Amino acid sequence: MIDVDVARRIGGFDLKVAFRNDDGIIALFGRSGAGKSLTIGLIAGLDRPDHGHVILDGRVLADTERRIFLPAYRRRIGIVFQDSQLFPHLGVRQNLLFGRWFAARRARAIGFDAVVETLGIGHLLGRTPAKLSGGERQRVAIGRALLSCPQLLLMDEPLAALDLERRLEILPLIERLRDEFKIPIVYVSHDIEEVSRLASRVVVLERGHVMAIGDPADVLPSALSDDTRIDRASVLAMRVGKRDETYGLTELIHPAGTIWLAGAHSGEGTKLRVVIKATDVTLSVAPPQGLSIQGALKGRLAEVEALGPLAIAHIALDGDGTLLAMTTRRALDRLGLDLGLDGGQPIFALVKTAALDERLVGGA
Amino acid sequence: MHDFLGPDDWTAVFLSLRIAIVALLGSLPFGILVAYALARWHFPGKTLVTALIYLPLVMPPVVTGYLLLIGFGRRGVFGQALADLGIVLSFRWTGAALACAIMGFPLMVRAMRLSFEAIDPNLEKAASTLGANPVFRFLLVSLPLAFPGIIVGATLSFARALGEFGATITFVSNIPGETQTISALIYTYTQEPGGDASALHLTLVSLLIAAVAIVASEIIQARGEKRLARG
Repeated sequence: MIDVDVARRIGGFDLKVAFRNDDGIIALFGRSGAGKSLTIGLIAGLDRPDHGHVILDGRVLADTERRIFLPAYRRRIGIVFQDSQLFPHLGVRQNLLFGRWFAARRARAIGFDAVVETLGIGHLLGRTPAKLSGGERQRVAIGRALLSCPQLLLMDEPLAALDLERRLEILPLIERLRDEFKIPIVYVSHDIEEVSRLASRVVVLERGHVMAIGDPADVLPSALSDDTRIDRASVLAMRVGKRDETYGLTELIHPAGTIWLAGAHSGEGTKLRVVIKATDVTLSVAPPQGLSIQGALKGRLAEVEALGPLAIAHIALDGDGTLLAMTTRRALDRLGLDLGLDGGQPIFALVKTAALDERLVGGA
Repeated sequence: MHDFLGPDDWTAVFLSLRIAIVALLGSLPFGILVAYALARWHFPGKTLVTALIYLPLVMPPVVTGYLLLIGFGRRGVFGQALADLGIVLSFRWTGAALACAIMGFPLMVRAMRLSFEAIDPNLEKAASTLGANPVFRFLLVSLPLAFPGIIVGATLSFARALGEFGATITFVSNIPGETQTISALIYTYTQEPGGDASALHLTLVSLLIAAVAIVASEIIQARGEKRLARG
């Protein structure tokens, strides 16, 4: 278990972060300058907290009151940096084995071959970092951190420097690490889709302070509340339903209705979190005519947030969850939707199937 | 060819090489450590230390030589202590090596410091989180990555040692076979009637040595850089 409660003041910036997590992935979520990387440095021992403690599986790594501070090289915490930071003067194999050399023999629980196979980097072993692509470099960096047999893995925006294709290659690998090697991970990101896909808990940071901690579906939508309209999205817990082989679609089931996912998703019945952008949702007061009802989610208008000519309708879905829909204020008026008069009236939210990217739909 | 350089000339050439090599090898470990400390550590009095190290670069060499004479001469503070240990520097070739090392030290440290500063600190942080203690981190990451700069610094210091004149002649004089280096001998020839030809011959040899040193360092450096970008 990781138990972090640290305070640090650098220049004019005040950081105060506290959280705990057992297994799985906990995400530190926030925009740049929120203090995410600073927190990572304090956990890893690259920086000293002014106050507080860091405890990992009962091992006190830092405690200002007891005057304990373990340097980074004795903490057994691996870091994957945004820009990989592979040693340019060493080959890929030597990079991978760097940390292993320092790990005590008894602590070498993670096998070299297993890591190389999981990350698919066997064909890269003879190369040097300069000859790797961005995605390959990042996979080697993950392997290098893993092979030092850490008790905790810190990932500091590991995918931020990669394009979408590379990101989609590496995301499932991180999921496999979590599941196969049973390593707890602290994952830093400002990307809502990554976080909702990977993390079981999210710490939302803003200007050095914790704004919220909890399940991604509860915490993430409100964390985005003052972002631009492009970034507004909701996270819904859903279940995988039947597959339509003819058209290559997969059903996603929510108590409020079902929507369709273009593409195949393995495992009927598995639970997952779906990120739906507010701009991809259309509202209707009547059950949609001429359209399959199965493309819609039923709920009630809970709140209207005005954004100039636009508005975000918060729809409390039947069952559980809130869906955000971006529309114009005029459209809301023409639909006759008004909180005061028609708050109890059922409305239907249509989610554009083509807007859901099956590659970004994550397991819960 | 045997007329090109006389026996005294050859003695001076070998003596110069010996002094320069000893000065280089003796100051190299200190130069690397000081350069790393200046590049990476913050400590009180850092500015003062930096100024002291760079001082020989801006002071007249004669002043440096005279300070060495005061400090390391037979009656000097350090000179007496060293004499008790059986080490005499004044008017010996070892003293010339010390003078050359001190004169070349700022050039050496400067090149190496820039090279250490150019290393991404995150690489060193990565090494730490992988379990490397500060010593291993330095030996396995910082030192190899600063290698090109270390070669440049070593070359500059070596070249400075070969060319050193003012501090050397002030500290250890111009004794044939003991402290008479190429530079000192060229100076001697120019003071004698009919010494022009000998002075020119030694000058050519001096040029040759400098050229070989520069080319060798370029080759070593290119090899190091190629290793960093190899595939």
